[in-house]
Amino acid sequence: MVANVFGRLRALALSVFLIAAFALPAFAGPFEDAVAKFANDEFSDTEEAIGAVATSGNPLAFPIISALGEDRLSADPDTKKVFITQTDGKIIDAATGAAVDKLPDNAASVRLNNRLRRTVEAALGGLTLLSPDPAKRVAAAQSVFKTHDETMLPVIDGALAKETNKAAKLAFTEARAAILLYKSDATDAEKLEAIATVKARGDQEAMALLTGLGSDQPPAIASAAANATAAIQRTLALWSGVQNAWYGLSLGSVLLLAAIGLAITFGVMGIINMAHGEMVMLGAYTTFVVQEVIRTRYPALFDYSLLIAVPLAFLVAGAIGVVIERSIIRFLYGRPLETLLATWGLSLVLQQAVRTAFGPTNREVGNPSWMSGAFELGQITITYNRLWILCFTLAVFAILLAMLRYTALGLEMRAVTQNRRMAASMGIATSRVDALTFGLGSGIAGIAGVALSQIDNVSPNLGQSYIIDSFMVVVFGGVGNLWGTLVGAFTLGIANKFLEPVAGAVLGKIAILVLIILFIQKRPRGLFALKGRAVEA
Amino acid sequence: MTPHVLTRSLDRASTVFILVVAAIGVLVPLSNLLLPAGSMLQVPTYLVALFGKYACYAILALAIDLIWGYCGILSLGHGAFFALGGYAMGMYLMRQIGSRGVYGNPILPDFMVFLNYPKLPWYWYGFDMFWFAALMVLVVPGLLAFCFGWLAFRSRVTGVYLSIITQAMTYALLLAFFRNDFGFGGNNGLTDFKDILGFNVQADGTRCALFALSCLAVIATFVICRAVVTSKLGKVLIAVRDAESRTRFLGYRVETYKLFVFTLSACMAGVAGALYVPQVGIINPGEFAPGNSIEAVIWVAVGGRGTLVGAALGAVVVNYAKTVFTSGPLAPYWLFMLGALFILVTLLLPKGIIGTFNAWWEPYKAKRLSDAAESAAREDGISEPNVAE
Repeated sequence: MVANVFGRLRALALSVFLIAAFALPAFAGPFEDAVAKFANDEFSDTEEAIGAVATSGNPLAFPIISALGEDRLSADPDTKKVFITQTDGKIIDAATGAAVDKLPDNAASVRLNNRLRRTVEAALGGLTLLSPDPAKRVAAAQSVFKTHDETMLPVIDGALAKETNKAAKLAFTEARAAILLYKSDATDAEKLEAIATVKARGDQEAMALLTGLGSDQPPAIASAAANATAAIQRTLALWSGVQNAWYGLSLGSVLLLAAIGLAITFGVMGIINMAHGEMVMLGAYTTFVVQEVIRTRYPALFDYSLLIAVPLAFLVAGAIGVVIERSIIRFLYGRPLETLLATWGLSLVLQQAVRTAFGPTNREVGNPSWMSGAFELGQITITYNRLWILCFTLAVFAILLAMLRYTALGLEMRAVTQNRRMAASMGIATSRVDALTFGLGSGIAGIAGVALSQIDNVSPNLGQSYIIDSFMVVVFGGVGNLWGTLVGAFTLGIANKFLEPVAGAVLGKIAILVLIILFIQKRPRGLFALKGRAVEA
Repeated sequence: MTPHVLTRSLDRASTVFILVVAAIGVLVPLSNLLLPAGSMLQVPTYLVALFGKYACYAILALAIDLIWGYCGILSLGHGAFFALGGYAMGMYLMRQIGSRGVYGNPILPDFMVFLNYPKLPWYWYGFDMFWFAALMVLVVPGLLAFCFGWLAFRSRVTGVYLSIITQAMTYALLLAFFRNDFGFGGNNGLTDFKDILGFNVQADGTRCALFALSCLAVIATFVICRAVVTSKLGKVLIAVRDAESRTRFLGYRVETYKLFVFTLSACMAGVAGALYVPQVGIINPGEFAPGNSIEAVIWVAVGGRGTLVGAALGAVVVNYAKTVFTSGPLAPYWLFMLGALFILVTLLLPKGIIGTFNAWWEPYKAKRLSDAAESAAREDGISEPNVAE
């Protein structure tokens, strides 16, 4: 308030020299003066205004500059009043923060050119360094680290002195090191210390900073920088390996999820189900329908939509699977090539049915809040949806194994697949077991669809993109062996992701297909071949 | 080919089939060229091109029937051999454009200029000569089939495994040909053809000639297939189809027989693709889609597996239905129809149209023959061998 009173006096003195003095706001001060300059519509004035506002320390400074950067700042050239249109549509007076009903008719947005845009960004960086939110401070320090702008050094030093947050403190120290490294009048000792700090950071940015240093450095610094670069390179190589492994695990889990149902129908029962991908697709559409119902009727349940969709997708796909087995496949047992053709036809029908019912375009399936976002682990980013899918896949796999091992149905399934006639003699209703086994495989495909709807486009073609991969996984892993499918899926996933950076995405995929074809030459029955009589059946 | 082979391999049904195809191959072009446009009996040019397409599909179906119907090899990758033959022909046609392309480069096809190729890739050399392209139409699919089959049959990959692997093969080629830097025009493929052997590909006369050639190719493929399946080699093939292990134990090198017939079939598919491209005017990676290959298998299944005539007939019937359905108001239902066709044929008509017809006709024919034999025997005392199976 004292400052305001003082400012008012100064403004009064100034106003003598100003023709348009009457137009100035009543509470004019250096901040208000600076804000008013935005209304002059001159780039030089705007630049001065940015500098003055950014250094004013006024709480409105950040909203003004960010509004300027996003084209939300408008000014009335007559009254010299400046307004911020907030992101929620409300309008406030930039100088006072008071709410305004609507923009004056002749208000125009404040224009920027490219040079000014950079000024705005730099000013925002400086402003956010002092933001009360630690995350914003860290982000601002990171941007200073990249630009290593010398003029930021005093701000960084000031911020560092009173910083208490650990992450922000580290970020500030790194930013300071980056500035010192490029500061021409910094001492060698300071620079060496800076190199150590940057080396400890050890990521791509640090690498870029060190390699950009130039060749005209004193030998001690140049060799320290070279050492640090080499060390960072090793760290980076290690992390990129870890990252590829993670991507590979993630892809492997998707492959496993898609192939696991097939491992039952194809691997255990020996049925070539080309409509398997469509079961996955039906699961994804079940998720879509569940989410639509929840959105319109019970919005509060949205986070539980997937939990509701999983059993439903299992039931829908499983029931359709049983119907398919009873109406088509059971007539084709022992004629695998015919089964292949009939189920391919079925896949066409199912795709077209879904296309007719839901339209040919992608339908939107949302991520529940617990599946969106990501976290950093070292230098890799792990998204929650991929992590959840990996866990979910392993859980489904474990449940399936347990089911085959410990339940009565599992026992009957194993009995029927190992020796159908003997099982029938022991009183097992083999045709019922066939239908249920096929339903189980299809139901698991449906569950896979729920998970895949989170990372892939939900369209009628969803299943087709997985069918060849799934068959490859099952054939590679070895037919009739769930563990083979697990190992096969993760091997293919990881191999694919390690080949991708070398050969590119498409060539990597082709290379994998060729490798599988060659692998089958060596081991025609897959990694984990069944031994014994079942093989010959 | 000696007359003896011809008389042995061509029974009456085969002769009728050849005569019908030959008649169509002569009459359709004549009607298109000689009768005035708009006349009742004149076949419009677009229909000539359409029929030409069917003829190419019939060759592909014959090739599939040869291996599936007579050797039990279900290839889900024959579309790849078809497309490779098509690409070989397309490359020749591209080189014939010369400086008439959009960019006017006398050597490089338009897409290469567009994609900044400094010079012609080595694998495009020679395709400006027709004989070389024609040779490649046979060699490229044949060589791929030979290598693939050698690897697969030697390690006894059979049945469904082979089907899935052939599908993976065509899928891998699909992905490869979609790439711009693969040197075959990326997803646009090869198109905008001008001349074939100096004749305008759009001209009515060229289209009629291509149609007649396609019919001739159908006949040639059919005769070769018949010659193969009625020979001793063909009997071994059928034995492989019905009991592969037993045939092996009897001392036959099963892999060699399979490899021969698989390679032959791939060459036929390549010829079909090569005739297809100038008549359709484009070849793109879509031809490698696994769906195309499976669709070709269903033509054979509809017509009748292991009958050859049925395969050709099935290709024409299914594709005619496809043309009718996809061009009319029923277009959204075509996939339902096609899918239902797959299911119903495998469930209800496992022998296909011709097979079912034969099953119905054979007892009648056998009875008639035995009646004739009896009366002949009564007349001059010699008994004829029973032809019925």
